[in-house]
Amino acid sequence: MEPAPSISTIEAKALLSPWQLFWQRLKRRKIAMAGGGILIVLYLIALFAGFIAPYRFDDLNTDYSFHPPIWPKLQGFHFVVPRYEPGSGTFVYRLVPNDTKPLHFFVHGDNYKLFGFIPATIHLFGTGDPHHPVYLLGTDQFGRDVLSRLLYGSEISLSIGIIGILLSFTFGMIIGGISGYFSGWTDTIIMRLCELIMSIPALYLIISLRNTFPPSMSSTQVYAMIIIILSFIGWAGMARVIRGMTLSLREQQFVLAARSLGQSHLKIIVRHILPNTFSYVIVAATLSVPYYILGEVVLSFLGVGIQEPNASWGNMLTAAQNTEYLQNYPWLLAPGAAIFITVLAFNFLGDGLRDAADTKSL
Amino acid sequence: MNLLEIKNLKMDFGKNAGALRAIDDVSFTIGAGETVCLVGESGCGKTVTALSIGKLVPTPPAHYVGGEILLNGQDVLQMSNDQLRNIRGGVVSYVFQEPGASLNPVFRVGNQIRESLKLHRPEKANNEEIIRLLKLVGIPAPESRIRNYPFELSGGMQQRVMIAMALASEPKLLVADEPTTALDVTIQAQILELLSELKQRLGMAILLITHNLGIVGDMADRVAVMYAGQIAELAPAQELLRRPLHPYTKALMASVPKLRGDADRLSAIPGNVPRIGNFPPGCRFAPRCVIARPECSKEIPRLIEVEAGRWVRCPFWQAS
Amino acid sequence: MLQFIFKRLLHMIPLLLGVSLLTFLLMALSPGNYFTALQQNPQISPETVARLKAQFHLDRPWYVQYVFWLGNVLSGNFGYSMAYKISATSLILARLWNTFLLSFSALIIAWGVALPLGIWAAVKKDSWVDRACSLLAFMGLSVPDVLLSLLALWFAAATGWFPVGGAESPLHDFMSSAQQFWDRVHHLILPAIVLAASDLAGIMRRMRSCLLDTLHAEYVTAARARGLGEGWVVWKHALRNAINPLLTIFGYSLAALLSGAFIVENIMAWPGLGRLTMEAFFAKDSYLVVDCVVMATALLVIGNFIADILLAWSDPRIRLK
Repeated sequence: MEPAPSISTIEAKALLSPWQLFWQRLKRRKIAMAGGGILIVLYLIALFAGFIAPYRFDDLNTDYSFHPPIWPKLQGFHFVVPRYEPGSGTFVYRLVPNDTKPLHFFVHGDNYKLFGFIPATIHLFGTGDPHHPVYLLGTDQFGRDVLSRLLYGSEISLSIGIIGILLSFTFGMIIGGISGYFSGWTDTIIMRLCELIMSIPALYLIISLRNTFPPSMSSTQVYAMIIIILSFIGWAGMARVIRGMTLSLREQQFVLAARSLGQSHLKIIVRHILPNTFSYVIVAATLSVPYYILGEVVLSFLGVGIQEPNASWGNMLTAAQNTEYLQNYPWLLAPGAAIFITVLAFNFLGDGLRDAADTKSL
Repeated sequence: MNLLEIKNLKMDFGKNAGALRAIDDVSFTIGAGETVCLVGESGCGKTVTALSIGKLVPTPPAHYVGGEILLNGQDVLQMSNDQLRNIRGGVVSYVFQEPGASLNPVFRVGNQIRESLKLHRPEKANNEEIIRLLKLVGIPAPESRIRNYPFELSGGMQQRVMIAMALASEPKLLVADEPTTALDVTIQAQILELLSELKQRLGMAILLITHNLGIVGDMADRVAVMYAGQIAELAPAQELLRRPLHPYTKALMASVPKLRGDADRLSAIPGNVPRIGNFPPGCRFAPRCVIARPECSKEIPRLIEVEAGRWVRCPFWQAS
Repeated sequence: MLQFIFKRLLHMIPLLLGVSLLTFLLMALSPGNYFTALQQNPQISPETVARLKAQFHLDRPWYVQYVFWLGNVLSGNFGYSMAYKISATSLILARLWNTFLLSFSALIIAWGVALPLGIWAAVKKDSWVDRACSLLAFMGLSVPDVLLSLLALWFAAATGWFPVGGAESPLHDFMSSAQQFWDRVHHLILPAIVLAASDLAGIMRRMRSCLLDTLHAEYVTAARARGLGEGWVVWKHALRNAINPLLTIFGYSLAALLSGAFIVENIMAWPGLGRLTMEAFFAKDSYLVVDCVVMATALLVIGNFIADILLAWSDPRIRLK
C-alpha cells in the first residue's frame, strides 16, 4: 500500500488539471520516463540523420565490402582513426600500422538535405578523406557504411510508425465513434467489416493488399503505400474499441445535454464523445506504434517494401538472411538491435502511460 | 470462558515508516450463542476486525503489532496454517457482503457446499445433507438448485446459499459482514429474519457487521460502535439504543430516520470519516464532535467502563 | 451446448465468404491479372490456358469469376499453380499441413511455458521470480520475429545442432519411417521455438494479471474463510476462473502466431502457407495468393471456433446464457 497523502496534498491535487495529474503519475514511473527519453533521442537522431551520418546511404565502396567496424582510438586529447587495407582472401582486412588520421567534427563531406530540404555538406564527424574511412558499424556487401544506412533507415522506419498511427487512429476513432453513436445498420455493417479485416492473419492481408499495387514504384510511392496498407489494417481494432466506449458514453448526461442544445451529431461525436476516449487512445497508440514499425520491417525485409538502394531497417536485414554473411559479419544485425531498442522503448513508455492513465492509482 | 475474546488488537498496513494503523486497541468479547453487532461507517475497520478473527487479512500488507484474538482460549494470531484451516469454517464461518462475488462463478452451488462438508464433516458430504442445509436456509426446491450455477440464482438466493455453506461446517460463530447491504430491502428483512431464526435453532454466536443502526435493535444482544479503527462505545443493545453515551453514537442515531418522530431531528454528521493514516491527534472524532474541547486533541481517550457492561471512549460522555 | 456450437458454426460461414470475397476483390484490383500472366508464360501450353479459361471463366468480370472460383473451391478444386505447374490443391494442402504443424507445435510450447511462468509470477508477486518474468516478457514483446528468426538461423549454422532451414533433409525420401519422423522433428524444433518465443511473453503477462485478479476476488477470500488450503484455493478456485479470460485472448494469440509463422516460414525456409504466399506473389500467381489467404484465415477462424467452444465449456455463464 502506498502511504496515504496528507490532506494538504489532496487539496493541492484537486487544483491540478487531469493532464497535470497524469503527468505527475507518469513522472514517478522511472522505466516509462527512460523509454520516453530514449524515444526522444531516437527521433532527434532520425531528424538529423543526414548530418550525423558520415556518408550517404548509397555511397558504394566496393573495395571495402564487409569491412569490420573501425573504432577511433583516443590519442592524447584527440580521436584518431586507424586504417585497414584489403588483405589476402576475400573480405579480410589488415590493420595498417601507424597510419592514423584524426577524427574531425563538423567536417565537410557528401551533399545531403537537412530535414529533407536544406542542402548541406557539414557532417557531425568524419576524417575528411574518402580513402581513409571511418565505419563505426562496419560495411555491408557493397561497402556501404552500415551506420549511415541505419541513420537514413531510421528516417523511414521511425516516421512510418508515427504517420501510420495518426492515420489509422484518426480513421478508427471517427468510424468507431460513428458506429457506436448511431448503432443500428451503420453499426452492424462497420463492425462486420472490422471483424472481417481482423479475422485475416495480418501478414497475409498485408501481402494481398500489396498485390493490388504495381510491383515497382518510386520510393515515395512505396513509402505512401506501406502507410496505406498498414493503416488499412490498423483502423479496425481501434474502431471496435472506440465503438464500445462510445456506446456507453452516449448514454451519459452530457451527451444528452449536448443533444438537447441542438448540436449536430458530428459535433457531438467529435467534441463530446471522442475526447473522453483520449487517454485510452494515447496508451493504445503508444503500444501500437511498434506494429507499424515492424510492419515496414517485414515488408521491406521480404523485398516488397522499401527497395534498394534506399535504406530501411527492414531491407538492411535482408543481407543477414545469408547465414554465411551472418556468421562472419555479425554487424549486419545492427538494424535488428535498433528495432529492438525502439520497440522496447515504446513498450516501456506505453506500459507506464497505461498505469498513469489508470486513475485508480494515486 | 467467552467464545471469542479480542484483546487490545493492533494492526498496521505496511511496515516501518509507511505503516498505517488500521485497527487500534480493539477489545471486545462474544459469548457462546450471543449476537454482537459491530457498527460504524464504511472505512472504520469493521471488516478488517472481522476478517482478523480467522486471520484472513493477507500479511503482508497487514501486520499484527499487538494484542490477541482468543478463540476458545487459543490465540488465532499465533496459530500455524494447519490450525488456522481447522478453525476457519470449523469454529468461525463467514458470510460476506456480495453474495454474487463470494460464490465461485464456475462451480455448481451443490459442489461448493460439498467442498465445505468434505473439509469439516466428511462423513456428511452427501446430497441429502446439502439438500437439508438448503432447506434450512429456506431455499425452495433444493433438489433442483444443487445443480445450478451461482449466476442462475437471485441475490437473495445466493446469500442463502452462502449462509448454508457457512452452516455446513456447524460453526460456533458466524461472522456476517454486512450480509444484506447488496440486497433489495424486502430481501434484507428476510435474510436477517433467517439469521435470527438459525441462531435460535442452532445456538451459535453471531458477529453481525453493519453500518445500519436500524437493524441493531432486532438482532443484537450487545453492540460495539467503531470509529476510525477504535471502539467508541460498547454496550448492551437495548441500553445503547435507549441511551447512547458517546457523542459519535448519538450523532449516528440522530442520522437514522425514524418512522415516528420529528422529521427535522434527522441530521447528518458533518465531515467525513478520516482515512487510514490521516487520523487526527487525540480523540479521532474530535473534529466532527459537537461537544469537543481543546483538550480532546491532546491525547487519545481511553475506553472506560462507565456503568456495568457499558464502555465509552470519551471522558466527557456526561456532557450533552 | 450443441446449440451453441451450431450457432458459432453458422457464424463462421459468412465470415469465410466475406474474407474470400475481400481477397478476391483485392486480386481483381491488382494490375496485370492472372490471365495475362498466364498467356505470356511460354511454359504453359495453349491447351492448358484454354482449359483453365474454361474452368475459371477468366474472360468474365471478377464477380463472375468469384462465383466460379467459389464453386470450384467448395468442390475441393483450388485450380492450377503457374509457379509450380501442378494442381494447386495438393500444393496448398501440403503447405497448410506444414503451417498447421509449425503453429500447433509453437502453440503447445508457448502456452506450455507461459502458463506455469505466469502462475508462478502471480503467486510470488513482487518476488525476484516475478521481476525476472516481467523483464523477460518486456524483452520478448520487443524482439521482432525477424530478428529472432535470423538469430536462430545463425545459431543453427554456428552450432550445427539444427538444420539451417527447410522442413526435411534432402535424403528424406531414402530414410526409414522412424528416421523420417525424427528428421521432421529435428527440422521442426528450431522454427517452432522461435515462433513460440514471440508469442510467449504476451500470454505470460496475461496469465499473471488474470490470476492476480482472481486471487483478489471475494470468492477466493470466501474459500479461504471456509478453511480450504492455500494450494487448493489457488489451483481450484483462482486458477479455474483465471482460465476464462485467457481463453478469450486465445484468438488474438493465434492470429499473432499465424502472422509470426509467416515470417518464420519465409526466413527459415519452412515450406508453409506463408512461404507459398510470397512465392505465389513473386510469380504473380494471384489465384494462389487468394487461396493461401483464405486458407490461413480458415485456420484462424477454426482456431477461434475451438477457443469459443473451450470457453463455453469452461465458463457456465457463457454456455447457459
